[in-house]
Amino acid sequence: MIRFTDVTKEYPRTGVALTDVSFHVAKGEFVFLTGPSGSGKSTILKLIYMEELPTVGEVRVSGLSTVDVKRAEIAKLRRKLGIVFQDFRLLEDRSAEANIAFALEVTGAPRSQIPSRVSRLLTQVGLASKASSFPRELSGGEQQRVAIARALVNEPYVLIADEPTGNLDDRATRGIFQLLREINASGTAVVMATHNLELIRRSDYRTIEINRGQIVFDSGEAKPVQPEELV
Amino acid sequence: MRSLREALLAFRRAPLLSVLGIITIAFSLFAVGLFGLVAVNIKETIASVEERVEIRAFIAEGTPADAVAAAIGDVGSFPEVARVDYVSQEDALKRARRELGEFRDVFDAGFLPASIEVRLKPGFRSPDRVRSVAARIATYQFVDDVRYGQEWVEKLARIRNIAGIAGIALGLAFATVAVMIIGTTIRMAVLARSREIAIMRLVGATDGFIRRPFLIEGFVKGILGGGAALLLTWLASLLINRYIVSTSFFPMQLAVIGVLGGAIIGLLGSGVSVGRHLRRV
Repeated sequence: MIRFTDVTKEYPRTGVALTDVSFHVAKGEFVFLTGPSGSGKSTILKLIYMEELPTVGEVRVSGLSTVDVKRAEIAKLRRKLGIVFQDFRLLEDRSAEANIAFALEVTGAPRSQIPSRVSRLLTQVGLASKASSFPRELSGGEQQRVAIARALVNEPYVLIADEPTGNLDDRATRGIFQLLREINASGTAVVMATHNLELIRRSDYRTIEINRGQIVFDSGEAKPVQPEELV
Repeated sequence: MRSLREALLAFRRAPLLSVLGIITIAFSLFAVGLFGLVAVNIKETIASVEERVEIRAFIAEGTPADAVAAAIGDVGSFPEVARVDYVSQEDALKRARRELGEFRDVFDAGFLPASIEVRLKPGFRSPDRVRSVAARIATYQFVDDVRYGQEWVEKLARIRNIAGIAGIALGLAFATVAVMIIGTTIRMAVLARSREIAIMRLVGATDGFIRRPFLIEGFVKGILGGGAALLLTWLASLLINRYIVSTSFFPMQLAVIGVLGGAIIGLLGSGVSVGRHLRRV
């Protein structure tokens, strides 16, 4: 579903971000991307949602190839990818439900269907009572739940999460991680970049470690990770 | 429909920025409007002075009336000629007595020559045309002399040319400055919403979907700014009329073109700003 083939990414100003990266993420898989800051995790995620295109090599995501993708196709692709960030990226001037509805409006979903789908999602992420709250009225964990609900509203194949717990305390982190596990359990693949080794240790998901733009470790598809290998 | 709603929401969410944008557009176009007002009035003044361009052919004494009448018919059929009038010796004296004090005690019409006065159509009042028509009139045997104030006609043409060129240059400069100021204002509105644009892109909005509300917003701001500029220019023209000098206002069509121009600048400015922004995110 996601396939990186010999991908090198070079930025004009900051130089090489990734060198010769190849891996594959299967449907329904949960993958951690880990590694130090600046190692290239975010670049990999950006290549998946085609915010960036590789300098060399190819990224294929659900049938679309970076080699010949068109701008309009990228927009369509993103409707089938849920994307979540450390800083939530919610629209501050809209309520939680309006933020989620927004992602549906973009796809041209029928207006009559929007409220029911939004309220279902809010219930799923445990925020049914905060539908009309604005982001500033919500805690970090709650804001991230809204962001996750927005990411899920178009029933994506894969949820891409860039340090989704980076700004959260332990309790909120556990809650968000549990939510991501549930989402994965219902069939959505999750690719999550994180620094949080504790999360990785506590689960047996596949882990890809990046360092200086290269994959230095990959626990392999659907193979439980050996915690001691990561230390 | 959604685009319209989003555009209106944008006004509601950032009323200050929207109002500032409209005011900026209004004042930029007001400057253009004031300049236009000056240009229109200068043009009218020059045109009214030009209307007084005439060729006067003095007729030799003793010329038979039918020869003069035939010549008047001839000259009247020249394509450049708007009107031909015969001024008899008596008429000439009457006019002289009316206009020139030193003729007040003269009663003998005999020493003032009769003449024909030729007025030219608009567009045929350039020095070359006037000279060419005068030369043709001079070919009549009975015409003693032809006068048309050559120096004056040339000076007038020069003033008109200078005014025309200065008008176009200044008009372009004003319009360019207005477009740049309006463009910057709209760019600020787009940048203020860059986060929203980035989020829209992340959730899969197409460029057209993102652009449309901005286009509507720019168009509406342009119309409102253009309308306000028209109102300001009209008020300015009223004040000038009342306290300084009598002026005329734009013809209706020009006013409508001005407001539509504002709308188009708003629309294009938004389109370009959003387009540039979209290429970067």
